[in-house]
Amino acid sequence: MICVVLPPHLRILARVDGDVELQVEGPVTQRTVLDALESRYPVLRGTIRDHVTQQRRAFLRFFACEQDLSHDPPDAPLPDAVARGEEPFYIIGAIAGG
Amino acid sequence: MSGVRILVGTRKGAFTLTSDGKRERWDVSGPHFAGWEIYHVKGSPVSPDRLYASQSTGWHGQVIQRSDDGGKTWEAGGNQFVYDGVPGTHQWYDGTQHPWEFKRVWHLEPSLTDPDTVYAGVEDAALFRSVDGGQTWHELSGLREHPSGAKWQPGAGGMCLHTILLDPSHPERMYVAISAAGAFRSDDGGRTWKPINRGLRSPYIPDPTAEVGHCVHRIAMHPARPDVLFMQKHWDVMRSDDAGESWHEISGNLPTDFGFPIDVHAHEPDTVYVVPIKSDSEHFPPEGKLRVYRSRTGGNEWEALTRGLPQSDCYVNVLRDAMSVDKLDPCGVYFGTTGGQVYASADAGDTWTPIVHDLPAVLSVEVQTLP
Repeated sequence: MICVVLPPHLRILARVDGDVELQVEGPVTQRTVLDALESRYPVLRGTIRDHVTQQRRAFLRFFACEQDLSHDPPDAPLPDAVARGEEPFYIIGAIAGG
Repeated sequence: MSGVRILVGTRKGAFTLTSDGKRERWDVSGPHFAGWEIYHVKGSPVSPDRLYASQSTGWHGQVIQRSDDGGKTWEAGGNQFVYDGVPGTHQWYDGTQHPWEFKRVWHLEPSLTDPDTVYAGVEDAALFRSVDGGQTWHELSGLREHPSGAKWQPGAGGMCLHTILLDPSHPERMYVAISAAGAFRSDDGGRTWKPINRGLRSPYIPDPTAEVGHCVHRIAMHPARPDVLFMQKHWDVMRSDDAGESWHEISGNLPTDFGFPIDVHAHEPDTVYVVPIKSDSEHFPPEGKLRVYRSRTGGNEWEALTRGLPQSDCYVNVLRDAMSVDKLDPCGVYFGTTGGQVYASADAGDTWTPIVHDLPAVLSVEVQTLP
């Protein structure tokens, strides 16, 4: 199971308490993890990546295993520790003031 | 006894303020959607417990919320606002052409007849409609595709469609206003549009009387007399007696004719309210005195309404969607400030009382008169 940590606003929006565990079939990438997340919680569509372009929203970051993966290609494999469920995939709201 | 419910959108959440018909004691509920910007909340006129809210942040974009119990509980609706076809370009700040990009919903206007139909005015300026209670949205692209569209440009607050008026006498007629393009009217349910800016004069654009390019801040209408429109423009308070075909200035004796909101008394179509703001470079009341101005003559002759409002050291703003009236008798008038106050008058503006003092900056105020 892949563990995803959502920022507080999205936990409330998706009505989840704590981390999310997802079953991902095939390669574990940003795209497949986000596809699985949005499939489970359709309300999150458009709040992490654009509906049409599928690009990450500018003020969000993707972290895992102490690395910033935000600029990695969406189909690049995530670290093995994430794929094995040993480390979470973090969706982080960037520090953006206000 | 009848009552009122005020729907308040703020920089950090939504609040509802409810009272009975006396409008003396208020229950405050919120924040709903804490931490999110709530540009607008509005209820269906035919099903008052059906509310729509525009929820957004820079982090997560746009969410639309819907309530079917007057704001006690909410469900997220659809948030996919996609322009029809290839959206093309509009004028950018530097004079170049810039692609249309959806940013947020500024204003939600429920249908006068169907609770599942609601219009959304968005930035970058366009009009969307949902006919399934906010689950899916489709652009009425005839507006954005008007030949003048490439000349529209953003104001300092963005290129937003912030005003939607539905004509109760002509179901196919509607008005919108866009900063900084101007006012537009459709007579065929939103399929085609015409600019209605004749008579507006804006010295801050190269051609002060151009067909488009005017920074219209707000338009108001009395439902019993829908061909008469009142406008607060960037500068100038204006009036049209012919459904927007032409406008004339009614600023009269106002201390300044810059401002954002404008509204009309529920029972007196010639009683109009504005909140003069010092200037476009100083977005606060003149002399630090928060004054609503009322005209009982349809413009030109204005009186300051000050009782209960701060008359020294007040430097808040009142934004374009942050004033509303109820339908009780006497008519109640309400407005919210960027300082987080919501003021109420239960006597058509003669006296004012703050309902709340310390909300986040208020973006919008809508009032429902409940049976």
